[in-house]
Amino acid sequence: MIKFKNVSRAYSSTPVLDDISFEIQDGEFVSIVGRSGAGKSTLVKLLLGIETPSSGEIIIDGCNVSQLKPIELSQLRQKIGVVYQDYRLLQNKTVYENVAYVMQVQGKNEERIKEEAEKVLEITGLSDKADNFPDQLSGGEQQRLAVARAIINQPDVVIADEPTGNLDPYNTYEVISLLVKINTLGKTVILASHDKEVINKLKKRVITLDGGKVIRDDKIGQFIL
Amino acid sequence: MIKRILKFAWVDFTRNKASNMAAVFILVIPILLATSLFIFKGVSTSIIDKVQEKIDITAYFKEGAQEEDILIIKGELLKLSSEVKDVQYVSKIQALEDFVKKHRDDPDFMNALEEVGGNPFLASLNIKTEEPLQYEKVASFLISGPYSDFIEKVDYTQKKDTIERIYNITSSVNRFGLVVGAVLFLIAILVVLNTVKLAIDSSADEIKTMKMVGASNWFIRGPFIVQGALCGLSALIISLIISGFCAFFCAAKVMVLVPGFNLFSFFISNMGTILLLQFGFGVVLGAAASYILVRSYLRA
Repeated sequence: MIKFKNVSRAYSSTPVLDDISFEIQDGEFVSIVGRSGAGKSTLVKLLLGIETPSSGEIIIDGCNVSQLKPIELSQLRQKIGVVYQDYRLLQNKTVYENVAYVMQVQGKNEERIKEEAEKVLEITGLSDKADNFPDQLSGGEQQRLAVARAIINQPDVVIADEPTGNLDPYNTYEVISLLVKINTLGKTVILASHDKEVINKLKKRVITLDGGKVIRDDKIGQFIL
Repeated sequence: MIKRILKFAWVDFTRNKASNMAAVFILVIPILLATSLFIFKGVSTSIIDKVQEKIDITAYFKEGAQEEDILIIKGELLKLSSEVKDVQYVSKIQALEDFVKKHRDDPDFMNALEEVGGNPFLASLNIKTEEPLQYEKVASFLISGPYSDFIEKVDYTQKKDTIERIYNITSSVNRFGLVVGAVLFLIAILVVLNTVKLAIDSSADEIKTMKMVGASNWFIRGPFIVQGALCGLSALIISLIISGFCAFFCAAKVMVLVPGFNLFSFFISNMGTILLLQFGFGVVLGAAASYILVRSYLRA
């Protein structure tokens, strides 16, 4: 379970998140929506421990993220798959190596890595591109690779921060379908997005941020701003 | 994990050929500079040693001094300081023989010797020290020490100026070497840091991504350190080949400038030190620079 307890985050004196509280249960699909600058990406950074809250607590499976030691933070990140708008792939590694890296980080054996990587590339439709480098892929393929990397570890939580921001409608549909599929496998999915159409089609829980505050939290929500 | 780190490093090293080649060739410069400085030190030491070999002081003994007493003084001199390198005893007869041998074809000298009659030479001890400054200590031991009654004269005063001048030159050369060495070391660090920085800067985003997927700091840092070391190692090999060729082809010319100094022999006989020096400036600096620079990205 993920719990935000009275979390605030300010840069200099400008508040980006202001006293936010909510809970996400295991296996939920939650969309965090809001205008650009509403604090969605900051929220993702706080979840991953990339930034620490100015006040309040973020609890993941009973651990206060901001109090974790570097090694514990690495272990936590291994349990979370992340997909970004700008893909953030390892440009010097092939498609196969990009997905395998996540398991190599955990010290898994090569045989198992190969098996899982092939499976996940199959799911994301990238099997025939395994030896290509990221710059040889289209935007949609790169994002699918980012999704493949996020799920290879079979993480408990997948966070997608504006994953469709750079994609055309067809690739948007494919990536969102992948996230839904992951959710049906029992994983928690947190989708930060300002894509109204995507959110409205999902018919899942929606937390709406505005001016750094949670203004709505609907079980089957719509993009209303 | 180590096997994976080494594999990542090797794969990245072979994939980023252009940037690594640039880094390797820039690294060659400080390594060659360090090697040149070492060779310069070898040449200057050889010159200084040759000049110092020509300096000595001689203690002349009174007519009545017995050979046994002189040999006791010789022993005492050798015990006086570890820096007394050599003491040669020249007896009265030996001194005469040496004179005759040297001037046998010069009638002026031979006539003068005949006129003086008998053996006008004194027994003496020829003393050489490791350092020019030690001559003063030796001279004062002979003139004012327990054996002063046996001593007729010590030619230190006549040679004092020359000895001091040589000492000053030696000190200046050594100081110059130290200053150049220190400056070179700083330049080498700056060059290596900047070279490695250029290579790592382009990987800044990748480092963030690696952190994001849960890689430990060592798992991220390791391949960069090994890559830095690989660049240093490649630069070492190139530098060794270049310096070896230069030493081989310049040996004859250096021999003309510094008689008795064979540059190539010096290079071969000091290969261990040169390799260590090049390893330090290439591999160790390359790896250390990578460690420091990646650390700054890991903290960000």
